[in-house]
Amino acid sequence: MPETVLGVPETSAARLDRRGFLKSIGGGLVVLFALESDASAQESGSAGRAAGQKLPENVAAWLHISPDGTIEVYTGKVEVGQNIRTSLTQAVADELRCSPTTVHLVMGDTARTPWDMGTFGSRTTPTMAPELRRMAATARETMIEQAGKTWAVDRSRLKVENNCVCDSSSNKKASFGDLAAKINWVNVIGKADYVTPPTEWQVAGKSLPKINAKDIVSGKHKFPSDLKVPGMLYGRVLRPPSFGAKLVSADTTAASKIPGVFVVRDGDFVGVAATDEGKAQKAVLSIDAKWETQPQISARELFPYIKKGAESTGPKTTGDGHALSATYTVAYIAHVPLEPRAAVAKFDDDKLTVWTGTQRPFGVRGELASALGMGEDRVRVIMPDTGSGYGGKHNGECAVEAAKLAKGTGKPVKLIWTREEEFTWAYLRPAGVIDVSSSANPDGALKSWNYHNYMSGPSGLPTPYDVAEKNEQFHPVKSPLREGSYRGLASTANHFARESHMDELAAAAGVDPLAFRLKNLKNERLTAVLKAATDRFGWGKEKPTSTRGFGLACGAEKGGYVACCAEVSIGSGRQLRVERVVSAWECGAIVNPEHLKSQVEGAIVMGLGGALFEAIDFANGRILNGRLSQYRVPRFSDVPQIDLVLIDRKDIPSAGAGETPIVGIAPAIANAIFGSTGLRIRSMPILPAFRAM
Amino acid sequence: MVNGVRSRVNTDPERPLLWVLRNELDLTGAKYGCGEGQCGACTVLIDGVAHRSCLTPVGSVTGKEITTIEGLADGERLHPLQQAFVECDAMQCGYCTPGMIMQSAGLLRRDPSPSEAEIRGELEGNICRCGTQNRIVSAVQKAAHTMGAMAKGERHA
Repeated sequence: MPETVLGVPETSAARLDRRGFLKSIGGGLVVLFALESDASAQESGSAGRAAGQKLPENVAAWLHISPDGTIEVYTGKVEVGQNIRTSLTQAVADELRCSPTTVHLVMGDTARTPWDMGTFGSRTTPTMAPELRRMAATARETMIEQAGKTWAVDRSRLKVENNCVCDSSSNKKASFGDLAAKINWVNVIGKADYVTPPTEWQVAGKSLPKINAKDIVSGKHKFPSDLKVPGMLYGRVLRPPSFGAKLVSADTTAASKIPGVFVVRDGDFVGVAATDEGKAQKAVLSIDAKWETQPQISARELFPYIKKGAESTGPKTTGDGHALSATYTVAYIAHVPLEPRAAVAKFDDDKLTVWTGTQRPFGVRGELASALGMGEDRVRVIMPDTGSGYGGKHNGECAVEAAKLAKGTGKPVKLIWTREEEFTWAYLRPAGVIDVSSSANPDGALKSWNYHNYMSGPSGLPTPYDVAEKNEQFHPVKSPLREGSYRGLASTANHFARESHMDELAAAAGVDPLAFRLKNLKNERLTAVLKAATDRFGWGKEKPTSTRGFGLACGAEKGGYVACCAEVSIGSGRQLRVERVVSAWECGAIVNPEHLKSQVEGAIVMGLGGALFEAIDFANGRILNGRLSQYRVPRFSDVPQIDLVLIDRKDIPSAGAGETPIVGIAPAIANAIFGSTGLRIRSMPILPAFRAM
Repeated sequence: MVNGVRSRVNTDPERPLLWVLRNELDLTGAKYGCGEGQCGACTVLIDGVAHRSCLTPVGSVTGKEITTIEGLADGERLHPLQQAFVECDAMQCGYCTPGMIMQSAGLLRRDPSPSEAEIRGELEGNICRCGTQNRIVSAVQKAAHTMGAMAKGERHA
């Protein structure tokens, strides 16, 4: 029953004194939680503590082995479909030389896991996996030492297998549970010395299927929107008609007269909670609200606004070889996580627990604390594995609203944002304008590179190509719409502009796009993926026609290297279909090949939407296409054949793969269209511009 | 009948089946994604045919047999579609998965050996934002194959 899902008790971590005192709990490990150094920040109730704060050094903060042998691992990272529950389990199982089925991860629970900045930036694999490996490896070595002491044998004789330490010469065996109970874990500090190198991985490096796949296919997994607590009400929130509108008055008389409906007001916040979702909807629709709106810009005015809002970019480059100037644009797009924001909020006396889908449970704890005027120590945020995020679930608005409704009604409240709310009141990937001017020598060597990104962002902005004379800048502009993180951030926009422009320059110089890139690339890893992708694709083997085009693009960011080739077919009336995509990807040592493929495939499909047709339409502070019937996302018929080449570099620490594989698809498509038709599309999404040409 | 259990709910007949399943019967396998039949996350079988439960008034299913994702497995034994989705890693976040499986279950009841194009066509109305479409197609093909072999085995037995 859902109730039992919610009934998880706080671990000792939460019960520990905030000044970092330790308390021993029966038999197993002691969990060390707050360090002296961050205790004051934790108590201050501020919205978020500084990034890069010191994480606990003690094994016990991260790992707990019960006397019955249960292995619990605590991480503030969260699962949104990127399969880190699986990959982090693999890391721990690898170090403990045990089966991954015996390792249980507790994720994103502010009462049970060490503080974490959030799950974004492709940071889990390069930072959390080594952290957990360090802790698990230290736990393993500590248990070996304990067994050696107990049996008075040299530890070099001891082996770890099947959750036991074994002495093969004397046939002695002690379980992890027994050994862990004998160890005073308080002073066991995680050491990197014991960590297993990728060349010796046994569990990682292989395709372990998704850990909780069975729960998902059988409908048993409880996503945040699925949770239910006894006596829970269903909430709805009154929304302004446009961004920035101020509430003048709200008559809630009709709503309060509906049996089973509670109305909650807190300043400009007006919400209802009811015994069922239908009543809540009826109630919120019955509220007669007056708003003061303000005029705002519309989608058609966006790009001139962006350029006007930015400072001058200085002189353009002139070259004595081939010179080019061009402007590229990207639209606002929405994340459209299939599970909209959802939260269940529940007060127990003066303590608040909120279950919600967020990439930043600790950040949301801070948001809740400040919105409700509580100390962070009285707020617990729990993040059940959630129906995706893509960088779109950093904030806690839904959690705060649910908590306000729970406080106002005195009952637990669930709030699920409608799809329209998700489109309108979440945040968007920023739009932007990118100006590029460049030149190449007659031999095809890049000579100059002038690159200016307005508003969309600096991620992936520096060119990986070798060019002596360059000027690359990001110019921030105040966004007229609410903007935020997105898978790959501005890297998609910057790669679209750069890789399109490189193609244009190659064409101007009369050089094959692949040869042009290879000539100007010194980065070996990028060169390797470019060669791998084009080899598999058969680059240059087939000539483009007026109905078929081939394009390529490459790029690197966050320790990942990607090259992408696309084959497009073009029918009458500018019907475009991406038929085939070949992508090569390298991000160091591969942790889980099948899940890595999944990430790269998923990034390509998601990237396809922003490349071809996704764009938020807006006017005067309103989203005009905030429904799935109006905003097109990739569907089965849009998805091409995808062929991947993964390069496994066991000599390089693993980087994350959730984001950077997205950057190649849009420019590869634009370049393929150019290859076929000679038409250069310089805007994302591509299709509207292509059809208008 | 919901998953073989006779269920009585006293509610507004216009209320969408999705919310009755989720909020009254605690069957949360069917998901809310859009409320306008565009994403397929809420798909259930009604008398063996895939329907969008978010657009189905509960009053219209009186006396009908409803199957949700929770009712697809045979006890602990997963349905071949569920098994194939696990084996093909045909999910990332898994939020669309119940709808994908129920839509495919409807297809395989109608046509036990659909072509790849037919599978894609059938699932066109189901959205997977994580981009596992090609894996889902493989999983449905795999399940169709397994079910075909099982049916053949039964005939021979």
